[in-house]
Amino acid sequence: MPDISAWFNDLLSGNLIFTPTTLGYYWTGLVTTTQLVFLSLVIGLVLAVPLAIMRSSRRKWISLPVYVYTYVFRGTPLLVQLYIIYYGVVFFDGIQQSFLWPIFREAFYPALIAFTLNTAAYTTEIFRGAIKATPKGEIEAARAYGMSQGLMMRRIIIPSAFRRALPAYGNEVIFMLHASAIASVVTLMDLTGAARYVYSRFYTPFEPFLFVALIYLCLTFAILFFFRFLEKKLLAHLKPQTL
Amino acid sequence: MLDLQGYGPRLIEGAGVTVQLAVLSLLLAITLGLFTATAKMSRNWLLHGIATVYTTLIRGVPDLVLMMLLFYGGQIGVNAISDILYYDFEIDLYINFNAFAAGVLTIGFIFGAYMGETFRGAFMAVDNGQVEAGKAYGMSSALVFRRIRFPQMMRHALPGLSNNWMVLLKTTALVSVIGLTDMVRVAAEASRATHEPFVFLIPVAVAYLLIASVSEWIFARLQKRYDIGFGEH
Repeated sequence: MPDISAWFNDLLSGNLIFTPTTLGYYWTGLVTTTQLVFLSLVIGLVLAVPLAIMRSSRRKWISLPVYVYTYVFRGTPLLVQLYIIYYGVVFFDGIQQSFLWPIFREAFYPALIAFTLNTAAYTTEIFRGAIKATPKGEIEAARAYGMSQGLMMRRIIIPSAFRRALPAYGNEVIFMLHASAIASVVTLMDLTGAARYVYSRFYTPFEPFLFVALIYLCLTFAILFFFRFLEKKLLAHLKPQTL
Repeated sequence: MLDLQGYGPRLIEGAGVTVQLAVLSLLLAITLGLFTATAKMSRNWLLHGIATVYTTLIRGVPDLVLMMLLFYGGQIGVNAISDILYYDFEIDLYINFNAFAAGVLTIGFIFGAYMGETFRGAFMAVDNGQVEAGKAYGMSSALVFRRIRFPQMMRHALPGLSNNWMVLLKTTALVSVIGLTDMVRVAAEASRATHEPFVFLIPVAVAYLLIASVSEWIFARLQKRYDIGFGEH
């Protein structure tokens, strides 16, 4: 261990910008970014599945509210949504007196809420498209087996829609990673926030921003390969047959 | 009603900045996209390589990070150039790296990569026989591009183009972070000053929805125009 730390200190010596301290900032930033993106994606996904089912409903009073929600959240910038939630959270009556206030006072939760609602809107539309594209034959087969509406949803439509949604959802995950950079605007120390902090301390734009750009690039490629792998496994039956 | 505690006129001015920024960036992005698509389809490995690196890198990094890199780095780059001009050639030239120009350049540069992919797919969808027919008529390649490839390509490119435009429009909100007074920045400032965020931010959200609706209508008309001769869809 001492060898490694000596080597590390050697590497960083004579370098004002990449010191153990600033690398620590980047590490905190990476952790914050990952938490924020991962949590919002998971919660957004959980919200999106029932919303997509509602959105595909033939009854107007069920599908219309969901449509309005996705239209508004997909049609306005995430930054505006973030500002509305970040500045607006104090207007919920009694929140400043409640036990939740220490949580909401920090920027993390408003950012998480904004990101979650945003990704849920996009994911809802992705799933709706996938549900709509269910081959008629699959539905007819399920009906012929006497499946109820709910059972058909659970066993036939949702699993096949999930697979069809996979490529588009992979893009959404990457989009969310990139969109999370705006968390730094509301004082959060995410990856971009770390870069901005280092920039403001040393007035050197190239090193911090290029460094985090590289980290984002690596994360993007990791997500890309993960989804390619998933597609290979789950969409194997859609590949052209080679005899 | 539009006064909004005195912020109304500034908000409208900000909306003007947003629209100008978006339209100028779109023009730059389309130009860059056409070059990128051409480079990606060329047999020259260097051009192909540069275009591939450009589209991959840009699409792998957040817009905001690129914007800050270009905005903060751009000022330092410009200063370095004017230093060289001053000390070596005694030309006293101070260039202020304007936030609006930086915004247009970065957004145009970012979306040029996305447009490049859109145009590449669209160019490949044009039947090669059409291009050959144009050549057989003795058209120069510029004329073939203008009269045959471009108009037919646009039919295939428009859905992607309209998608990119919607994303671009929302991306313009980020320039408020690097100091440009678009409508988001005005609204955020007003929210902080008056502690009434909804009064300012919700009209801004509505303005974005309005611009999006109007452009959707324009794109539908354009699509109809470029679909001429291909029957109703």
